[in-house]
Amino acid sequence: MRMEYDRIVNTTTWSAGPGCHGGCGAKLYVKDGRVVKVEGDENHPWNFGRGCSRLLAMTQYMYHPERILWPLKRVGPRGDGNFARISWDEAYDLIEENFNKIKENYGAKAVIFIQGTGRDIGGPMSLVAYNYGSPNWSQLGLGGQACYGPRLGAMSCIQGDTSVADCSQFFEKRFDDPRYRLPNYIVVWGQDPTRGCPDGFYGNWIIDCMKRGSKLIVVDPRQNFLTSRAEHHLQLRPGTDGALALGMLGAIIENGWYNKEFVEKWCLGFEELAERAREYPLDRVASITWVPKEQILAAAKAYALASPGSAIQWGLPIDQAPDGVIVAQAINDLWAITGNIDVPGGNVIARNAYHVSAYPFDNYQLADMYGDDFVEQVVQKRIGSDEYGWLRKWRCYIQPDVAVRQMLTQNPYPIKATWIQTANPVANAADMRLHYEALRAMDFNVVIDLFHNPTTMSVADVILPAATFAERTGFRAWFQPVQIISPAVNVGECRNDWEIAMDMAQRFNPELKKRYPNGIKDYMDWRLEPTGMTYADLQARGGWKWGDEEGSAWVPYKRYERGVLRADGKPGFRTPSGKVELKSSQNAEWGATGVTRVDPLPYYQEPFESEMSTPDLFKKYPLIMVTGRRSAVFFHSEHRNIPWLRECDPHPDVEIHPSVARDLKLENGEWVWIENERGRIRRKVKINAGIHPKTVSVLHGWWLPETEGRAPNLFSAWDVNCNVLVPTGAQSRTGYGGNAYKTTLVRLVKMHDGSPAAPPVSVWGRG
Amino acid sequence: MGKKGILVDMHYCTGCHACEIACKQENGFGVGNWGIRINEIITEKPNSDRVHFDYLPYFTLQCNLCAERIASGEDTKPSCVKHCGTACMQYGEIEDLAKEMAAKPRAILYSPL
Repeated sequence: MRMEYDRIVNTTTWSAGPGCHGGCGAKLYVKDGRVVKVEGDENHPWNFGRGCSRLLAMTQYMYHPERILWPLKRVGPRGDGNFARISWDEAYDLIEENFNKIKENYGAKAVIFIQGTGRDIGGPMSLVAYNYGSPNWSQLGLGGQACYGPRLGAMSCIQGDTSVADCSQFFEKRFDDPRYRLPNYIVVWGQDPTRGCPDGFYGNWIIDCMKRGSKLIVVDPRQNFLTSRAEHHLQLRPGTDGALALGMLGAIIENGWYNKEFVEKWCLGFEELAERAREYPLDRVASITWVPKEQILAAAKAYALASPGSAIQWGLPIDQAPDGVIVAQAINDLWAITGNIDVPGGNVIARNAYHVSAYPFDNYQLADMYGDDFVEQVVQKRIGSDEYGWLRKWRCYIQPDVAVRQMLTQNPYPIKATWIQTANPVANAADMRLHYEALRAMDFNVVIDLFHNPTTMSVADVILPAATFAERTGFRAWFQPVQIISPAVNVGECRNDWEIAMDMAQRFNPELKKRYPNGIKDYMDWRLEPTGMTYADLQARGGWKWGDEEGSAWVPYKRYERGVLRADGKPGFRTPSGKVELKSSQNAEWGATGVTRVDPLPYYQEPFESEMSTPDLFKKYPLIMVTGRRSAVFFHSEHRNIPWLRECDPHPDVEIHPSVARDLKLENGEWVWIENERGRIRRKVKINAGIHPKTVSVLHGWWLPETEGRAPNLFSAWDVNCNVLVPTGAQSRTGYGGNAYKTTLVRLVKMHDGSPAAPPVSVWGRG
Repeated sequence: MGKKGILVDMHYCTGCHACEIACKQENGFGVGNWGIRINEIITEKPNSDRVHFDYLPYFTLQCNLCAERIASGEDTKPSCVKHCGTACMQYGEIEDLAKEMAAKPRAILYSPL
């Protein structure tokens, strides 16, 4: 069908819309002030013209009849779903008045600021939080803060920099750049990159490498597309990644398959690591992980002997394994001793181009922006920093498991309000009921979102309508390139997250008007300064720029030899010793500033709930529920209301092995109870031989926007969302990593006659 | 000009649904109407715990290979081919595609009347 349009706007995806961590070049076709079509940008070296299902469904998302188009104020009791339209000024006044009242009575720290995943929200939100005066920037509901932070922190301790599987993403010419070499093997560990693009990594890059010749080793409890095409598949017990990594380390060291030259020259603590790994002989590891020892040995050998030049691409389950930081350390040690750090086709050091970041990412960047004294103040007051040294040393978030309890107990200091920005904690937090109660206990909740959802319905007092990426100005600096987000149109009165934040931050701190008289334009140009270009310059040159200055710190490879990684300009890594610290003094030091102590060497920790750690519970609930499998058409709790997308994945299902179906007399498509001591939910059975018989697999974030939104139903969130069953308070000893998202024990119970009917699932907008 | 078709390399289709939505957007299809539909095929191998996952796009009667999109000069390939997440689809003359097919271990070639 030929689509009439007036103009095409080239831009970058990030945040609301596809919902993801973004980076794709997109083309927005505009006709009479309305986006009529969206395509991938074929000239963009990130995605080579491809657009995912969520990008291609943007017009249904932007112009959805139930989109929130103007600010709303709650009228009547929370949960009744009655909201009145107000103006932006009225909404801002209401927030300012309530927040100032709370500040007067309890201090600014009584307000918690809540974001979801790594999107273009943390920056704007922290601007409001810090200018209001609260230290409490959070990802509330994320048990163990277990999302990339543990992996990033572990890498920062061990090798002084983070790194990522090298799929040529650091070069504008990509696979054609002569400096680049394809990974011999890619170890895909705890991730399904065919179903999404996690942690700033475009998932299909793995396929791009496979097509050019990279071989796969896959570590995953579940069989899928990738395991079907892998040379080695290690189907491990959920949560035992740490033992597997230690077993592989031991095998590689014992057999002399490590890179002796690199270890000798650039690593510290190898002997201690070897000694620790000897505590994990393959027989022991096999019994912990379920993986036969021959398979572990074969995979370790294949990876090590094809190194340097093989990569590990890892996922969220590493963070969510017990003591996630330590598991990440073990896997980081694997690519270190095989000489794969910052070599072509290995785990390349991931510096942002020109060292630009969209917002302060850790305490060090925070100090650059606000000064050391301010950071010291924030760090002292941040929820959880008494208990966890990592909270003082690393990223800027509070400890979420501690925070939700503080909201309920009001100890050690009161929490009275929240600012929830494009997050949906009531449908996404571990132990949803606890978070629901904690948010209901607040005097005042501001929610910024695009649609009504369980959070807006149950706890919002004021709702501000947010813009999609297609309606906003912004920029993205996550690895490479530096790129800008250009607005194409306006929808209703919806506003850019950044603009909302700048408006409110300037209300709380009028001084900010002097620093950013033109609001976010000034802010962006200030952040972009190191590139030597302004927002307008970047827009004029097409919207993006790969940092490609030969010899600079953001261009691969072997930067540790070039003396560009360390502040003192000496060769080596940005660690206290300048070496890769296999035994990590920094990790131990970060941990030791709290009441906890952290082992400087990796070890294995049994899951919070398991056959071994809670045998009585296991007798009652003998199946391991693995949550967080991704759907290509949804991002976390989003997109259930988008007809084209929902049609592809209509049911909240539970994937089970045929033997489980046989034992419980379950048939494909029937509804079943999933239950444990925290509650029960309903799911539709999908029999899938790729699921391990001792586990069941469920997608998180489910709610049914086609059902009643008002309390108590809240779009059926209690009925179908797996986080009813997932605990909080299972964080690791650093406060970073852990929880039981992948290892919650449950049982399935067949519905008998008299059970309530299945939830009325339907594709939104149909009949 | 020879007859056109689409070659699908079955080894690389991951079932990401991009082709389905690209097609719906291009043609304005609502819920229930498809020009291309992905099928998931799970094969349990005898005497093995390894399970094989395949995904295969099926072209419906609605598919005309994006005739208008191509005739207008807006693009040189159908929307599903452009947005295929793994670039496992190729558009071209069936004689050329058949030659490509000979070099691929598992592929299918589709061409409407």
